[in-house]
Amino acid sequence: MKMSQSKHRNTWLTLGMLVIIALGIFWAQTKCDPFVLRIMNVAAIYVILGVSLNLISGFTGQFSLGHAGFMAIGAYVSALLYMSPQVKAVNFFIKPLIWPLSVIQMPFFPALLIGGIVTGIAGFLVGTPCLRVRGDYLAIVTFGFSEIIRVLFCNLQRITNGPLGLKGLPVFTNLWWSWGFMVFTVFFIKRLVDSSYGRALKSIRDNESAAMAMGINLSYHKVLSFVVGAFFAGIAGGLLGSLLMTVDPNSFNVFLTYQIVLIVLLGGMGSITGSVIMGIAIAVSMELLRVVESPMNIFGLHIPGIPGMRMLLFAVILMFVVLFFRTGLLGEREFSWDGLFAFTGRIKEKLSSKGGQEA
Amino acid sequence: MTLTFFMQNLMNGIALGFIFALIAIGYTMVYGVVKLVNFAHGDIFMMATFFVYFSITLFGLPWYLAFMAGIILTIILGVVVERFAYRPLRTAPRISSLCSAIGMSFLLENLAVVVFGGRQKSFYRPDFFSRTFTVAGVRVLTVTLVTIGISLLALLVLNYLLYRRKIGLGMRALSRDFDTARLMGINVDQTITFTFAIGSGLAAIGAILWALRYPQIWPFMGVFPGWRAFTAAIIGGIGSIRGAMVGGLLIGIITIMVVALLPSLAGIKDIFIFMILVAVLLFKPDGLFGEE
Repeated sequence: MKMSQSKHRNTWLTLGMLVIIALGIFWAQTKCDPFVLRIMNVAAIYVILGVSLNLISGFTGQFSLGHAGFMAIGAYVSALLYMSPQVKAVNFFIKPLIWPLSVIQMPFFPALLIGGIVTGIAGFLVGTPCLRVRGDYLAIVTFGFSEIIRVLFCNLQRITNGPLGLKGLPVFTNLWWSWGFMVFTVFFIKRLVDSSYGRALKSIRDNESAAMAMGINLSYHKVLSFVVGAFFAGIAGGLLGSLLMTVDPNSFNVFLTYQIVLIVLLGGMGSITGSVIMGIAIAVSMELLRVVESPMNIFGLHIPGIPGMRMLLFAVILMFVVLFFRTGLLGEREFSWDGLFAFTGRIKEKLSSKGGQEA
Repeated sequence: MTLTFFMQNLMNGIALGFIFALIAIGYTMVYGVVKLVNFAHGDIFMMATFFVYFSITLFGLPWYLAFMAGIILTIILGVVVERFAYRPLRTAPRISSLCSAIGMSFLLENLAVVVFGGRQKSFYRPDFFSRTFTVAGVRVLTVTLVTIGISLLALLVLNYLLYRRKIGLGMRALSRDFDTARLMGINVDQTITFTFAIGSGLAAIGAILWALRYPQIWPFMGVFPGWRAFTAAIIGGIGSIRGAMVGGLLIGIITIMVVALLPSLAGIKDIFIFMILVAVLLFKPDGLFGEE
């Protein structure tokens, strides 16, 4: 009886939370200036990326470095589908775009979905051969895949416009899209992780041999988690392309992947809550830390701006977390309403017992 | 395709292949002993060229001394990386040490950008290395011959260390069975340090030969050679030195031949390597010389 009551309460609280987020988005979309809006959009995209990578690395224990490549696929596929033929013609002035793509135009949502699905298929093709073998091969194969996608997109002049990239993309991404997809990603992956599939994934992470002995199909579950992760990375790529209004093949480099790895590690491998918090924190600090790359005057000492300082700082943080703070912010813990109430309950108890002693 | 054209490219392919083999041995030895994909290996390769570059430009050393200094500094760097980034995590889950290796790669690249600058620098190439001579119609750069000679010498020394010295016996024992080897009284820390030293030294030799061949150095130059060399190690069978050599030569020859025969695909030659890698993983996951 009590169980179902608290379940009821939690559902209402979650719905209430969603309404508050929606109201917040409504307010921010009309009131905030473009700079803040952009950071908020990027934050939501980072959360999608962090949570989807966490599904692969944190919950399934497979180490993928392919997220930048998956984003690139999602960004290109969706952009080529939602751009208008006129804009495409302007973009592809060196060599024209190949036929069917040059005339297609579709709304944003189906274009994003198709981008995600194509990315998922790519993830399937890349993941299947190495997930059958050994865990650490996945890292090196996806790393190579991600770099090769970048090189390939620089060379396929007639499909991707080569190193020039795509420019003048229509801006569809706003807070509704980005935060909507963020909420959907978190919801979807949370449900997946809590399902029987999720238990299978975690058992693979904890002990592959034991999982196999319990009758879990290892490669099926690993590929499943990998493809779902790739799908959401593709969606995030599509959102990012439309937010920045350009798709530049060289922006999807391995540093982007490392940033996402950093989100997952800082937040805690196997904690969706951690990835959400750190996704937002990294997106905000990426902007705030631009200070360290600009020229500074400290006590009359002039320090010229050093490009790359920001990334170096992130690298140092990454090493620090890996060496000394391996659980990250939350380890494997998650935020839950029950946990919150238990926590406030404990505090209340403590306060009242203290009050009792004094009286 | 004439025979001379083929021979010309084969020579280049073999020389490049030996460089990949030298890097691949570093990957495969480290993987064999500590079961770690040393992501930072490609960046240690990059650092070696910068050590040589600054030994020449800042300290004015003659090139042969600069090369020696570069190799020694790289060995120190490799050992330091192992000491601070990998050793503390030796008992941790494998995914942690993998993260550490990735973080180290990220750190070295960005450190190089901040300290050395992101722009390409031209590596000093003594005239001796860029001379060409013709043998039976095949034009050969001196550096090609030097590459092949030095690589063979390095491999012979490696072979001697691995199969004729006690430290090599320890390395082979550790890669066979870590715990038993420890029980047999092998000094694990010392042996692992030695493994990283040899790997980094070979990477430094490879890096100098690479830079003599392609005299442009910049902080991200290690990424693709490193990845290709790791692919070579997987193709040859990870953990096997012989496999790494054969895999490196294969990758080198394929890279050069693709560019020579299909010049329009030169920009995407890595896709061929990637496809070979995927095919190996699908059909022969233990590689050519790997143990079951």
